[in-house]
Amino acid sequence: MTAAAHLEYVLRLADNALILGQRLSEWTGHAPVLEEELALANVALDLIGQSRLLLSHAGKLEGAGRDEDQLAFLRVDQQYRNLTLVELPNGDFGRTVARNFLFSAFQRPLWDALLSSRDVELAAIAEKSLKETRYHLRHSADWVVRLGDGTDESHARMQSALDYLWPYTEEFFTEEFVDNEVATSGLGVACAEVQPAWEATVRSVLAEATLKIPAQTAFRSRGKFGVHTEHMGHLLAEMQHLQRAHPGARW
Amino acid sequence: MERKEWPLWEIFIRSRNGLDHKHCGSVHAPDARMALQAARDVYTRRQEGVSIWVVRADHIHASDPDAKPEMFDPADDKIYRHPTFYKLPDEVDHM
Repeated sequence: MTAAAHLEYVLRLADNALILGQRLSEWTGHAPVLEEELALANVALDLIGQSRLLLSHAGKLEGAGRDEDQLAFLRVDQQYRNLTLVELPNGDFGRTVARNFLFSAFQRPLWDALLSSRDVELAAIAEKSLKETRYHLRHSADWVVRLGDGTDESHARMQSALDYLWPYTEEFFTEEFVDNEVATSGLGVACAEVQPAWEATVRSVLAEATLKIPAQTAFRSRGKFGVHTEHMGHLLAEMQHLQRAHPGARW
Repeated sequence: MERKEWPLWEIFIRSRNGLDHKHCGSVHAPDARMALQAARDVYTRRQEGVSIWVVRADHIHASDPDAKPEMFDPADDKIYRHPTFYKLPDEVDHM
């Protein structure tokens, strides 16, 4: 029971990083300015690096001989455990940085808490990733503030990005047996534990950005349970195409 | 529509073993804080530095290249300004 939850939990962390990394890499060659293109590519590479460590760890936990590549490239969409938020299309630059902000504000307290995980491998990954995530948060929050508290046009776009993304953040804190199981066994963290830190960050940055927190809705996305949007298949088609067409291909 | 470009910032980076910040290039950014982040993302991806300075390019005042003869040539024949010009007594020559 705990072993299954443990694996599931690590896969969630891994897939969040993998899928957002894939999304952000789509900006390469398309960002509004060179400086931000490199910044987004750097974030993407950090996230893909995190996912490699986590997927390798998941492969060992699973004990079925799958390595990071097989887990990254040879699953079908229902087997991915990422939050729905990270698979949504990038939208404009404002929506991209708003999502990076909402997600890294969640990832930061998660890594913080995982520093004391009983899973020493996971604790080591958290220690490395925390530094990266703190930078992602700083970079994205600074953009949210500048665009939110910017021109009429940038403010309107940031507010609409936030309105679009907000309902998907409910999923961060949907409690169920995996979280409870890893929390009681000291391997992971219960969502409720990181919620106050997330809310505090989000509230203070959005206030500074003069953006309004959207109203709660009854909508709940379910990406972490393997129920994905129609966007996921397209993302995977592009991401997996090389391994599917040329199995075992190497650089 | 009026098009406002972000200002240009000159970037100075101090390497791990370096004592001084060296000029390494420039970025466009809306303000100093974002210029520091852009410099981090553009110029320190391969462990080039441990400290960054940014200066707005229009805050740098440069000497005029056309004034080079009167600015710098007069130093050419003043070899006595170099310490090696002076022969020290043997007792202190190998300090």
